[in-house]
Amino acid sequence: MKHLLGIEELSRDEIEMLLATAEEMHDVQSRPIKKLPALRGRTVVNLFFEDSTRTRSSFELAAKWLSADAINVSAKGSSVSKGESMRDTLMTLDAMGVDAIVMRHAGSGSVRQAAGWVRASMINAGDGMHEHPTQALLDAHAIRRHLRANELGDLEGKRVAITGDLLHSRVVRSNVLLLNLVGASVVLVAPPTLLPPGVENWDAEVSHDFDSVLPDVDVAMMLRVQRERMSGGFFPSEREYIAGYGLTAQRLAKLKPGACIAHPGPMNRGLEISSAAADASQSIILDQVSAGVAVRMSVLYHLLAGDAGDERRD
Amino acid sequence: MRMHHEPRAMFSADDMSWAMTRMTHEILERNHGSEGVILLGILTRGAPLAKRLAAIAERENQPLPVGQLDITMYRDDLRSNPTRRVGRTILPAPIDERTVVLVDDVLFSGRTVQAALHALADLGRPHAIQLVTLIDRGHRELPIQADIVGKSIPTAADESVRVRLQETDGEDLVTIERSAL
Repeated sequence: MKHLLGIEELSRDEIEMLLATAEEMHDVQSRPIKKLPALRGRTVVNLFFEDSTRTRSSFELAAKWLSADAINVSAKGSSVSKGESMRDTLMTLDAMGVDAIVMRHAGSGSVRQAAGWVRASMINAGDGMHEHPTQALLDAHAIRRHLRANELGDLEGKRVAITGDLLHSRVVRSNVLLLNLVGASVVLVAPPTLLPPGVENWDAEVSHDFDSVLPDVDVAMMLRVQRERMSGGFFPSEREYIAGYGLTAQRLAKLKPGACIAHPGPMNRGLEISSAAADASQSIILDQVSAGVAVRMSVLYHLLAGDAGDERRD
Repeated sequence: MRMHHEPRAMFSADDMSWAMTRMTHEILERNHGSEGVILLGILTRGAPLAKRLAAIAERENQPLPVGQLDITMYRDDLRSNPTRRVGRTILPAPIDERTVVLVDDVLFSGRTVQAALHALADLGRPHAIQLVTLIDRGHRELPIQADIVGKSIPTAADESVRVRLQETDGEDLVTIERSAL
């Protein structure tokens, strides 16, 4: 693997390899010395044209725990705000000799385009409404750990509901692709105004009735509703949104035993997810955060540690 | 000088079993029993070997906690090869202030052991580290020696030593063959 552009480019074997390595990386977080030497001398740049807390800091930690040097460039405070083009910014960083560029950008497909311009490995940290592959990987990793901890088997045959603003979400596309690859089924729950175009061709069921879906899912994954969308005619009011699609304390009670609650963050507490649900014992939201570092370590390791080529057999 | 093209069997299942028993006794003698001693097998084949040593010690009522060590991330040739699957490091207990006995199948250049020493340094500070290897084939590239050896087999640099174990390969056998260069 040279780049990580999206889940759509990955085979099931590659996904399993990335997740298996993430399992081993997970242990490093609980060690007193959080350092592995695998990427000593490599350099990773976080290039974020959009704001981020979790993704950016977990990529930075992942690089540092693997002994790589990591720097952060954000659009604010860089030459991007002076009007430098995305291509020139990338070429500039590439000319410095960096090994990987982790990029988030509002343009769908921008990271794939960037991969054609630079020598470095490109990693997609979210491109517009297209994909966010490491988020889908960390979701699968966190759900899998929850299932194992509760002796509920593996992802195969499990049912995941993804609820919220699916129209503006890049997480949902990556998740539908990945969950199907590992044998889980997905039901998308949203008002008709917040469904992505072409959703009928996706490998997922669609429902507008959250209450009927809840009792038979293994995972209730809630996505953030951007408050600014409320004034955009997508939905009449916050109150109506909550009534139809919020994971309220009442709905929490409808989940079957062993089901878990996920949210990629940042949360709007009291809108798509109530505090009762966010802080419930079934919530794996903070586990998703720690899974994020493990999964990104795995991605950086497989992209940068070895010589380019196929997986070596022992 | 005889030329060997066929693999030569150097160490049968019986030889191996006998050597393992002797090595276990040497570990216990050297450490005055099993108190404070941890066995760590270096993946891949060091892990089942360490388990066997522990099982023999168990029969002597000398329980030795046994774990395994993955050194993939610590290899100095990581860059010259495609990435390998990372294995799992399992510590049966914290290694601080214990005596860690590293177990491997073949001691050759010493680079694997060097990587294992680096890995241990990131996991804690053992009181002492000892090295046990089933086969010592010579050709060291680093100042590293085993404390306890199953069998020393002189080899030519262009030969390779293959250790096969019941747990990983379905039989116990050590052979030497000409490397297909």
